[in-house]
Amino acid sequence: MKFRRSRKWLPGLLLLSPSIVAIGLFVYGLIFWNTRVALSGKHDEVSEYGFDKGKNFVDLWDQPSWPGAVQNALVFTAVFVVGALVLGAFLAFLMDKGIRGEASFRVIYLFPMAVSFIASGVVWRWLMNPAPPERAVGFNQLFDKLHLGALANSWWQDPTWGMAAMALPAIWQMSGYVMALYLAGFRSVPEELREAARVDGASEWKVYRYVVFPQLRPITLSALIILGHISLKVFDLIMAIAGKQIVTYVPAVATFVEIFDRHDPANGATIATYLLVAVAVLVIPYLVWSVRGERSR
Amino acid sequence: MRRRAPRNRRAVFAAVAMAGALALTACGANEDEGSNDKSQVEVFSWWTGPGEADGLKAMQADFEKKNPGTKFVNAAIAGGSGTQAKAVLASRLQNRKPPDSFQGHAGAELLDYIKAGQIEPLDDFYQQNNLTSVYPQQLIDQITYQGKIYSVPVNIHRSNVLWYNPGILKDAGISAPPASIAEFITALKAVKEKTKKVPLSLGAQWTADHLLENVLLGDLGTDAYNALWKPGADWSTPAVTKALNDFAEIMRYTTLEAASTDWQGAAKAVVDGKAAFNIMGDWAYGYFVGSAPNGLGKKLDTDFKYAAAPGTEGTYMWLSDSFTLPKSAPHRAGALAWLKEVSSKEGQDLFNPKKGSIPARKDADKSLYTGYLKDAFEQWNSPNIKLAGSFWHGVNANNKWHTDIDTAVGLFLQNKDAAKLQQALVSAAKNSGL
Repeated sequence: MKFRRSRKWLPGLLLLSPSIVAIGLFVYGLIFWNTRVALSGKHDEVSEYGFDKGKNFVDLWDQPSWPGAVQNALVFTAVFVVGALVLGAFLAFLMDKGIRGEASFRVIYLFPMAVSFIASGVVWRWLMNPAPPERAVGFNQLFDKLHLGALANSWWQDPTWGMAAMALPAIWQMSGYVMALYLAGFRSVPEELREAARVDGASEWKVYRYVVFPQLRPITLSALIILGHISLKVFDLIMAIAGKQIVTYVPAVATFVEIFDRHDPANGATIATYLLVAVAVLVIPYLVWSVRGERSR
Repeated sequence: MRRRAPRNRRAVFAAVAMAGALALTACGANEDEGSNDKSQVEVFSWWTGPGEADGLKAMQADFEKKNPGTKFVNAAIAGGSGTQAKAVLASRLQNRKPPDSFQGHAGAELLDYIKAGQIEPLDDFYQQNNLTSVYPQQLIDQITYQGKIYSVPVNIHRSNVLWYNPGILKDAGISAPPASIAEFITALKAVKEKTKKVPLSLGAQWTADHLLENVLLGDLGTDAYNALWKPGADWSTPAVTKALNDFAEIMRYTTLEAASTDWQGAAKAVVDGKAAFNIMGDWAYGYFVGSAPNGLGKKLDTDFKYAAAPGTEGTYMWLSDSFTLPKSAPHRAGALAWLKEVSSKEGQDLFNPKKGSIPARKDADKSLYTGYLKDAFEQWNSPNIKLAGSFWHGVNANNKWHTDIDTAVGLFLQNKDAAKLQQALVSAAKNSGL
């Protein structure tokens, strides 16, 4: 009766096997290959791979464009993650207070997420044009018309804080998603708890500060992870708004430039490996934590 | 339970069938290596911008008339100077799925493809079509690598052109276009002080690279400029220092919003009366005078004028768009038919007036080239003209060197430090591997 036993797991395995094979090949296989290239001395298309003992990982820091790329990615990540979290939580808070036509507001705030960065980037590139008043377009023109000329600035073309401006489109795009996460969280907090707090004389602010938000820690954490890894590997938004210019250079763009423009596969793979490690530092603890949470349930 | 069993089985069937179908299509794609396939030709270029797209269309129409059985597939990818297209191309070549023919700047830019064995030498093609005698000898010399020719030039562009708005120059009290870098800086200053216009319009980072090659040529002179691109060249000389200081000075008169615009936006500022000067290759001419929607419909002499970039009179800083024959092109015969079209007199005479360039062939129909192009045609064919290769447009720097200079210029745009720029250029030359 061996046959009967195999009937239990075989269909499931067959059903899953295409995706197991695909993931094995295209995710783990390619991660392996990428690491292998990163450890090689293949700095052009024709040379042999060889083994470089991680020399690329050290040499990369001597590349003139690399420290700036790391700094840009950090500024972008900080502004984007904090901005999207705060804005998303605030929107969810407003929704939770019971707004008329909540459903349509929810859709409006979620909509930007459905637009691709490439498409919205073209619009934002125009909105964030730093031209002076006589040729101003976009936000700078708006500020000028509203007699708020002092607010006009150089947006993403500022050498030091440009990446903070670059985070604005990303915040706009992802805060609706954060809002949806928080809104679901707010709704899952039993009304009785809030009532109890109010009876004890807590102000509305204190109800949220001490009763609702502490219960939303898992949601904040997942939002943080999702936003964090999006921002570390941001590429399409930068390419749509600025293209491959040093002022907005980030690691993902650097990977592209090294491989396709400089024809240096080893350097490109090295940067990609750094990116993978940076994302893994964020995601793996989260995975461990959530798997543990599921088990204990 | 009994009712669910058949459904499961069907799902398994579906999954297996789908996996099988996927495997089949994966096998099918690589089946035909038919080198004599002439049923179609996929032509890969970055000609999507105003002017150049029209030229490609005109050449395509002529090609389809001459080759009725061949389907023309236009695989053009947008982006000035081909920055995006080259990345797509690189991955296609790596996957051994090359287009039938792709555009590349003639010269050192093709070196990586040649060294990787990704494109075929075309000496036989040149012989069969008697091309060695119809192209200028110096051009043939420049595009020959280790005794072999790897691409078919369709046009010649000039990099060192200064476009200016005569009205603004008049307002600024400038009587003639500047003939040296020093005069240029004086003129920029005059525009800034006497008018409210932008002295020199500039676009995204690569247009600063383009400006740099023009300042280097203008300051150093043709011979010293050409020497910079020879193996072991010295970039640390005081002459280069002076040129880079001039470059830094010139950059102070450029547009604040440069990084937000490609070359079209920067060039348009001149004919629209917003900027006095722009240094851009002569592809801008086709864009200025072409009709809407792809051109601006402006008039030479009233809306704009041109001169050789400051300090470069008598030198033609050239670049050339050319087409190649990738190894194992899926429709090799189609590709050869396309190469024949781009090398033909008719093809070049259809393409070039629209693109705003001159034919690479010597025997083209001179009467088709009017306005700026008449002048360019005469200069290119003049016996006294000196030639310099455009580094940014692929003539004399390989991809690594090219990208490293671009990075150096990008960093300079941030820190405005000419000394650091020179250091970076010195090490870029050392690391180029040429």
